[in-house]
Amino acid sequence: MDSIFTYFLYGLAAILLALSFFKDRKKTILSLKKSLKMFITVLPQFIAILLLVGLLLVVITPETIQRIIGTESGFLGMVITSLLGAVTLVPVIIAFPIAAELLSNGAGITQIAVFISTLTMVGFVTLPIEIKYLGRKVALSRNILAYLFAFVTAFIIGVVLT
Amino acid sequence: MKKLIGKYWFLIAVVAANLLVLIYNPQLEMKALNFTGKNFLNFLFMLTPIFICIGLMDVWIERDMMIKIMGEKSGLKGVLVALMLGMITAVPLYALLPVAGVLLKKGSRISNILIFLCASASIRIPLLLFEISSLGWKFTFVRFGLNFVVVLLIAFMVEKLLSEADKKAMYDNAD
Repeated sequence: MDSIFTYFLYGLAAILLALSFFKDRKKTILSLKKSLKMFITVLPQFIAILLLVGLLLVVITPETIQRIIGTESGFLGMVITSLLGAVTLVPVIIAFPIAAELLSNGAGITQIAVFISTLTMVGFVTLPIEIKYLGRKVALSRNILAYLFAFVTAFIIGVVLT
Repeated sequence: MKKLIGKYWFLIAVVAANLLVLIYNPQLEMKALNFTGKNFLNFLFMLTPIFICIGLMDVWIERDMMIKIMGEKSGLKGVLVALMLGMITAVPLYALLPVAGVLLKKGSRISNILIFLCASASIRIPLLLFEISSLGWKFTFVRFGLNFVVVLLIAFMVEKLLSEADKKAMYDNAD
C-alpha cells in the first residue's frame, strides 16, 4: 500500500517538475539545487538512523516482539510493549499481522493497542531528526504526550471492546 | 573539531555501536549491515520524490500564500487542510519531517504542522484499510475515533507549551 503511494509521489514530482520547467527554467534548476542541498544536510543523520535501525532489527525481530507481547500481561506488560513500540521502527504493514496473530492467541487487547499507538506515534530512534527540524521542545513534548496518550487510548479501547 | 563532534554525535555513537558489534559478533553485524543496506535503498527510493517536491515548494510557494492556507490566522480551514494532507500521506514519520521543515519555513502555524505529522502517523487512510483487514473494523474504528481527538489534543497542547520566543526560534531555525 505504501509503495503504491511512493509511485504516486514519483508521478506527482514528475508532473510538477515538468510544469515548473515549462514555466521557468532557472527557478526549476534552483529548486533542484535546493532539494539536493537539503538532502545532503540531513544525510548524516539519516545514515545514523538506518545503521541504528539495522542493529535493532537484528536484536528485536518480529519473533521477539511476538514473544514479549504474547507472554507479558497486565500493566507491566503494557509498559514493556509501549517501550518496544517506541524504540522499534517496524513498518506497520508487518506489525498489524503480528498483532492480529497475537490477539487470536489470547494476548490482551490493551497491550496490542498500546503497541500500535506507540509504534506509530512515538519515534525514539528518529528523535534526533525531529529535534533538528522542530527543535528540542516540540520534538520532546510531542513524543512524551504521544506516549502518555497511547495508554489512555489503549485503556479506552480495552474497555470498549471487551 | 569539538563543533564537528557536537553536530555528528549521533552518527559517531551509532558507528561506534556498530563497530563494537562487529568486534564481538561479526555475523550479527553482517546481518545488521545487510538490513541497513536494503533499508538505505528503500529510503533513497522513497525520499527522492519527496525532496524534489520540497525543493519545488520552496521556490514556488510564496510565504504569504502558505500563511493564508495554514498560517497563524488560518483557523478551521488550516486545521482541515493539515488533517487532509496528513491522512492521505502514506510515508513514515521521519520522511515527513523535511516536509514539516518547509511548512515551518513558509510560515505554517505550528499546531497545523503537528496535526499534519501526527495525522499521517496514526490515522492515515491507507493505514486504516490495512488495519481493518488484519485487526477488524471494530478495533480500527474505535482507535481511529480516539486518535483523531488525540492528534488534535497533542498539536494544541504542544503549541500551548511554547513561548513566543520558542516559536520565533523555530521559525528562524527553519529559514
